[in-house]
Amino acid sequence: MAMTSAPVKMDIQHLTAFYGSNKAVQDINIAVPEKEVTAIIGPSGCGKSTLIRCLNRLHETAPKTRVEGAVLLDGEDIYSIDPTWVRRRVGMVFQKPNPFATMSIYNNVSAPLRFNGRPSREELDQAVLRALKGAALWDEVRDRLDSPATSLSGGQQQRLCIARALAANPEVLLMDEPCSALDPIATAKIEDLIAQLKQDYTVIIVTHNMQQAARVSDNTAFLYLGKLVEYGPTEDLFERPKEKLTESYITGRFG
Amino acid sequence: MKLKFDRYTRRKLFSRGMTVLTGATVVIVLLPLFSIIYETVVLGGGVLSVGFFTQNIPQPCSPHPGVVCQAGGIGPAIQGTFIIVALAALYSVPVGVGAAIFAVEYGGERALARVISMAADILSGVPSIVAGMFVYALIYYYEPAVVFSTFSGSLALGVIMLPIVMRTSEEALRTIPNSVREAALALGISRWKTSIRIVLIGALPGVLTGVMLAIARAAGEAAPMLLLNNGALHGFTGINYVSQNMALLIYTSAVAGYQNDVNLAWGAALILIVLVLGMSILSRIVLNRTARRWGQGT
Repeated sequence: MAMTSAPVKMDIQHLTAFYGSNKAVQDINIAVPEKEVTAIIGPSGCGKSTLIRCLNRLHETAPKTRVEGAVLLDGEDIYSIDPTWVRRRVGMVFQKPNPFATMSIYNNVSAPLRFNGRPSREELDQAVLRALKGAALWDEVRDRLDSPATSLSGGQQQRLCIARALAANPEVLLMDEPCSALDPIATAKIEDLIAQLKQDYTVIIVTHNMQQAARVSDNTAFLYLGKLVEYGPTEDLFERPKEKLTESYITGRFG
Repeated sequence: MKLKFDRYTRRKLFSRGMTVLTGATVVIVLLPLFSIIYETVVLGGGVLSVGFFTQNIPQPCSPHPGVVCQAGGIGPAIQGTFIIVALAALYSVPVGVGAAIFAVEYGGERALARVISMAADILSGVPSIVAGMFVYALIYYYEPAVVFSTFSGSLALGVIMLPIVMRTSEEALRTIPNSVREAALALGISRWKTSIRIVLIGALPGVLTGVMLAIARAAGEAAPMLLLNNGALHGFTGINYVSQNMALLIYTSAVAGYQNDVNLAWGAALILIVLVLGMSILSRIVLNRTARRWGQGT
């Protein structure tokens, strides 16, 4: 499925994810272009979150789970390399902000560097600055980097989590309904941020909010009952859907 | 004349009656606790002084004309208790916390994790004298010369502490939400670093709670001491030798029946109760605070 002229960053091939013997997603094929935003939409329970959790091998950390198929990152199957390496190249932001409650803002952002190596204080300072600026949070927290992460508002905490993911210096950023726990103003800030992030990162975002997908993404995949119904440029999918099912979903006839 | 009530009044009276009855059972439940504390504070509080904490255990003596009894103190018993409990913690804390980490972080749905937790529950139900007998047999088999020693005693206390440390640590680790583990894993932090440096550190106050509860329990154990670490008037002089401690002192002094010995027993009992109650209360506060920090407290 050639989408645009951008090279393929992540190629999902015949991906099937199991919970026990139950297939949460089945035979998914999506080619994710580099430095674009790709949205995954679909009604609750369609397997969106499961799918995105297969892209950094987080799905398999839950009990009784299994994955079949391949996910190629720059042509290399992530299922044939060490999962910790995969996760350093493929960052993730979750539905609910999940900062480390015992750590300060600074220590949250610098966590991936501190836990994965022995960086100097200057390296840490620079990485924290870069990540917080990248997550559009620097101006709000520059004077209180040593305050606990939990002292921030929900929207700020979510941007902190984005900064923390960016500090690990990933190539791909996965976002699993990053705004579902946020108010409209915080949501707008995150959406603006996504538009900036795609200059440097390949972004894959799961959302149940179709307007959000239309606003932030270049490509959209529509999932229904664990299967990929349609995948294409966001504009095409929303304005000229090829499948009847896609049309009924985006016009709000179900879901 | 026969009293007649309508149905409503009958129900109301019945309800009143049951409330009073259940209220009375509450009083009965609380009565032993408060009378123990009252009695100990009154009788033990009277003998407390600075010297009581530092002086040596006195010769048995009852006052009669021409004889002045030494009051003495329980210095050696306090020192002995601290050391034997510290030794027991040295064995039981690493093992208990390690088992808890395995059960929560690595066990998952595996049957082994459930077996470990169940084993800990059973172990916590083993009478302390049985734990003492087990250690007796074990040490006798390998090194009969040190069957009666601080080391044997500390080993028995370790066996008693182990399930408490393990189960409380397990609870503490479970208060850390899964989203925190996922956050760490998703940053490419390895599984064991996530377990130790994120989850265990986050749960540390709760784990310390378990350690405190276990210490409180072990400090009050007399049975294994009677069996394995009995007979010294002095404190700790080496792990191969017996040493005095508070729980043991309470027993031996109380049965001795001399006036100054009995005073000693009450004083030691008061100190032990303050220690144990204090640790229990402190650990409750700490545990609750940890849970609240992770957004699940009460």
